[in-house]
Amino acid sequence: MVDQAKLKELEKIAHRIRCDIIWTLAHAQSGHPGGSLSATDFGVALYFYAVKHDCKDCCWPERDRVVFSKGHASPLIFSLLAESGYIERDELKTFRQFGSRLQGHPNLECAGIEVGTGSLGQGLSIAVGMALGLRMDGKPNRVYCVMGDGENQEGSTWEAIMSAGHYKLDNLCAVLDSNRLQIDGWVEDVMGLQPIAEKWRAFRWHVIEIDGHDMAQCVEAFDQAKQVKGQPTVIIANTVKGKGVSWMEDVAEWHGKAPKPDRCRDALNELACPAEYFDF
Amino acid sequence: MTEKKAIATRDAYGEALVELAAEDERIVVLGADLTGSTRTLWFAQKYPDRFFDFGIAEQNMLNAAAGLSLVGKIPWVSTYAVFVAGRAWEQIRTTTCYSNLNVKIGGAHGGISVGPDGATHQALEDVAIMRVLPNMIVIVPADYHETKKAVAWACKHVGPVYVRFGREPVPVVTKPEDPFIMGKANLIHDGNDVTIANNGPTLREAMEAVEMLKEKGISARLLNIHTVKPIDRKAIAKAARETGAIVTVEEHQVMGGFGSAVAEAVVQTHPVPMRFIGIQDRFGESGTPEELFEEFGLTAKHIVAAVEEVLKAKNLTS
Ligand SMILES: Cc1ncc(C[n+]2csc(CCOP(=O)(O)OP(=O)(O)O)c2C)c(N)n1
Ligand SMILES: [Mg+2]
Repeated sequence: MVDQAKLKELEKIAHRIRCDIIWTLAHAQSGHPGGSLSATDFGVALYFYAVKHDCKDCCWPERDRVVFSKGHASPLIFSLLAESGYIERDELKTFRQFGSRLQGHPNLECAGIEVGTGSLGQGLSIAVGMALGLRMDGKPNRVYCVMGDGENQEGSTWEAIMSAGHYKLDNLCAVLDSNRLQIDGWVEDVMGLQPIAEKWRAFRWHVIEIDGHDMAQCVEAFDQAKQVKGQPTVIIANTVKGKGVSWMEDVAEWHGKAPKPDRCRDALNELACPAEYFDF
Repeated sequence: MTEKKAIATRDAYGEALVELAAEDERIVVLGADLTGSTRTLWFAQKYPDRFFDFGIAEQNMLNAAAGLSLVGKIPWVSTYAVFVAGRAWEQIRTTTCYSNLNVKIGGAHGGISVGPDGATHQALEDVAIMRVLPNMIVIVPADYHETKKAVAWACKHVGPVYVRFGREPVPVVTKPEDPFIMGKANLIHDGNDVTIANNGPTLREAMEAVEMLKEKGISARLLNIHTVKPIDRKAIAKAARETGAIVTVEEHQVMGGFGSAVAEAVVQTHPVPMRFIGIQDRFGESGTPEELFEEFGLTAKHIVAAVEEVLKAKNLTS
């Protein structure tokens, strides 16, 4: 059990990250809010609780590896890296702009990124390779992969799921951001995947289902995943796309569109973000 | 240049599908979770029973299209060009092209002008990897009218066709009455010092370059070549013979794309010095389309510089 003080701290960070996401999008006037906000809480639990890493040395061999397969969540990813200290928070203002290290979809120019992503259905395979290699070398490092639920429609994802189950990769933990939405609408309407937990189980994974906005559940899920032996773990995080901004919640339209400056101010107000976030 | 109305070629594609569907009920459309930005949503709304969203699963979509074609449908599959041409390439090669199936592929978001999404979403290789496939026809329309004609032509043709569209609005520079003959270049402007051969929405830059060159006393011929494959060897050979130098323009890697197709024709007919405007073996990046056109050397100014360079080479050899 993680203590209450730590949980409170993580919740505070998550709040800051949500402000950072909106602020980043306000400056860029382009990018993906919905899937950034849905993944914020477990993303914070991942970066500030579960993962062993060192912002001073992004190549530290003992670090755990994080692959953000849903690379379009770059506003979240870069905000997490800023909060971790890999980059200056101010640099978030350059997101998606010409010449910035903070590209529309993350790449290796930015410290703390393990691999370039943005084309869906590739990340879990990369994570499988990392987990295999680390295990070969007898290393204790863990590998985490953050995926979208729509992304689960890619055939290559199922090839990756199959191989991780087959190779019993217990150093691998996938987190599925189950916000139930993709671009064209509800995942169930576009190309249904339910029952999703049963599918992963059938492919020999250990499945943990949580409320992805409950910090205690996020933290416990990562703890539990570390204990699982002989099979990989997937945390199915039930989330709300656009979480935290009422008019974005559960609205497919906010997948890949930045709000205009006025609406960004509305969002920052609703989130009760401090004054310094209103500089655009 | 006079201000012309700007429309994205993807918009013309969306419009064309709706219009053509009314005339031919065999037309069906398949999408991969990008129905809005490929503009196939307009078709999906009008003909919900003839539209299939395959989700984020491009490889399956391609072979489902192959299956639909085998039972008499005319399937158009579309998603971003990177994902359709890239991810599903081998399905296209071995199922659609090898069996010469009647599958139509609409690759949206072609080129660097995709902008802030960055390298992952900017298709700069699709023309090359489609062009290399036997039986495949590859067309990159330059503007609204050319797109509508290309899509209409592709529906009539029996066999695989790849048509590439852009995200950004571009000026409508061709006219409804201009001929569209698959595999035939259109002469936009005659000249005899040099030929600029353009493919796709960069036509506006090429036209501007012609005007800039005129002021410098250089008479440039401008060929707009919408069909990359089969390439118009006749028009290219004639241009090589009559003008003695060629600059190609495309929003794509210069290796393997349109410029290479023109060069293949030139060296086999009438070899002359050439220069290639396009992406020079790099990945794209985030930025506005204007910033990226400048950075990657795709503007009228860059075309003029390439023309001046190729003319030096021409004068050395003549
Ligand atoms: C191979 C591939 N096809 C299509 C896209 C375009 N695209 C970007 S995000 C997205 C929807 C993703 O939905 P989901 O996985 O549910 O992510 P989330 O809801 O967490 O944003 C699509 C289709 C892509 N990036 N990669
Ligand atoms: Mg989703």
